[in-house]
Amino acid sequence: MTPTTNAHAPAPPATPRPSALNYSRTTATAARVLRQLGHDPRTIALLVLIPCVMLFLLRYVFDGSPRVFDSIGASLLGIFPLITMFLVTSIATLRERTSGTLERLLAMPLGKGDLIAGYALAFGTLAIIQSTLATGLAVWFLDLDVTGSPWLLLVVALLDALLGTALGLFVSAFAASEFQAVQFMPAVIFPQLLLCGLFTPRPDMHPALEALSNVLPMSYAVDGMNEVLLHTDMTANFIRDAAIVATCALLVLTLGAATLRRRTT
Amino acid sequence: MMNYSSKKPPPAIQADNLTVTRGHRTVLRNLDFAVPHGQITGLLGPSGCGKSTLMRAIVGTQAKVTGTLKVLGHPAGAPALRSRIGYVTQAPSVYDDLTVRQNLAYFAAILDPGRTATERRHENVTRAIADVDLTSHADALAGNLSGGQRSRVSLAVALLGTPELLVLDEPTVGLDPVLRRDLWDLFHAIAAQRRATLLISSHVMDEAERCHRLLLMREGEILADDTPEALRTRTHADTVEAAFLHLVDEATATDAHHKEPAR
Repeated sequence: MTPTTNAHAPAPPATPRPSALNYSRTTATAARVLRQLGHDPRTIALLVLIPCVMLFLLRYVFDGSPRVFDSIGASLLGIFPLITMFLVTSIATLRERTSGTLERLLAMPLGKGDLIAGYALAFGTLAIIQSTLATGLAVWFLDLDVTGSPWLLLVVALLDALLGTALGLFVSAFAASEFQAVQFMPAVIFPQLLLCGLFTPRPDMHPALEALSNVLPMSYAVDGMNEVLLHTDMTANFIRDAAIVATCALLVLTLGAATLRRRTT
Repeated sequence: MMNYSSKKPPPAIQADNLTVTRGHRTVLRNLDFAVPHGQITGLLGPSGCGKSTLMRAIVGTQAKVTGTLKVLGHPAGAPALRSRIGYVTQAPSVYDDLTVRQNLAYFAAILDPGRTATERRHENVTRAIADVDLTSHADALAGNLSGGQRSRVSLAVALLGTPELLVLDEPTVGLDPVLRRDLWDLFHAIAAQRRATLLISSHVMDEAERCHRLLLMREGEILADDTPEALRTRTHADTVEAAFLHLVDEATATDAHHKEPAR
C-alpha cells in the first residue's frame, strides 16, 4: 500500500450545485442501477418472464371465452409493469437507504432529482423490455384481439411502469425493513387492483367504491388499455387516461424526492 | 514541521457551542473546538460517546444541529462543500452487487461528471484502488470481499477527487495490524502531500499516538483537545491510553462530586 507520490490528477472544478437535473449524473445513476441488475440475471429473468407466463396461463384459462381474455389480458398488460416496478423500486431504494450509500450520495454533489430520475430511467428501460415482450406475446402469439395500435398498449404500459417506480420510491421511505416494504404491496397495490375495473366494470360497483376508484391511478391505467382494445384511433378518453397516469407518476415522484433527506437524525 | 507557510491557515473545522439532539437525548453538548488545517486529528472516546454524530454533523448529514459549525470556511452541510469532503461511514457504504471498480467509477461520475472528464475519472479510480491496495481485487464484487476489504473500498470512495477534508469514522476497525499500519502511513502521506486535513475516529488507543492532535470525547463532551505528547505530560502518563483513563476518572469524580448534594 505505497501511497502514490507522483502528481495527482487535477481536482475537479468546484461546481455549484445545479438546481435542475444534471444529465451526466442522472445517466451515471441509471447505468449504475442497470449494472447492479446485470450482476443479478435471475431477477432480470423473473421480471421479464413472469408476465409472459401469466399471460400464457390466462390465455388457456379462458380457452373457451376469448373475449374475456381480450379484456383481462389487456388490463393485465398495464398492471404487470406497475406491480413489478413497484416491488423492484421499493426494495432497491430501501437497500440504498439501509446500506448507507444514500447518505454517502447525498453528502456528495448529487441532486435528489438526479437520483430519482436515474432510477426512473433505469427501471423505465427495464419496463420497456418487459412490456414489449409481454405485449408482443399477447398480440402475436396468444391472439389478443386489439382494435387499436399495439404501440399505444406499450405507451400505457410504460406510463404504468413509471407510476409503479414512483409509488415504490415513495413507500420505501416508510419501510424500515424489506419485510415492511413487501407488505406495502398488498397495502398500496391490492386495493387498486380490486377497484380498477379488472374484476367488474367500475360503474357496476357500489357508488362509494366507484367514487374511490375514480381517484386511484390504476383505474385510469386499465381504462386506457381498454380504450386501445376497443377503438381504432387515439380517443380523447385515451389521452385523458394516459395524462392522468403520467401526472400521478410525476406527482408521486416529486413526493418521493421530498422523502430523501440530506440530514437525518 | 507542519509550518509550510509563515501565515497560519484558518482551522479546517471550527465549532462554537455545538449541540446535537436526537429525540429527547442531547448527544453532543456545547462543544467548542477547532481542527487545524493539514493535520491528522484523532477523535477518540468510548463507543456511544457521540463520535459518529459529531462526524455526521461535520459532513452535514446530521439533523438537529445547533450552534456554529464552520467547515473549510463554510457552514457545515453547505452545497459548496459536497465535492471537497471525503466521508467514510463506520459501516462500509458501497454497492455489494457491483465490482470494486464499478463502485468507484459510479461515485467518481457523481463527483466529476461529464464525458470530457472520462480520462481523469479513470486515473482517479485506478489511483484510489491502488491507494487502498485492492488492485488485485478491482474486478471482484464488493459483496464477495472480506469485511476489511469492503471497508477499504468504502475508504477508496472517499479518496476520489482529492478531497481537502477527510472524515473517517473508524476506518481501521477489524483490520489486521499490517494493514492498519499501511493505512496510517497512507493517511500521513495524504496529509503531507495533498495538505489535506484528516479527522479520524477510533477507539483503539494505540492509534492515537499516530495523530498530530487528539480530541478526547466522553458522553457528548470534549475531555481534552491537545497533542498526544502534551496529554501524556499533563497527566504524567506513559501512553495516551493511560492519559485518557486518567482524564475519564477525573471527570467521573467531578460528576459524582456535583451530583452529591442532590442525593
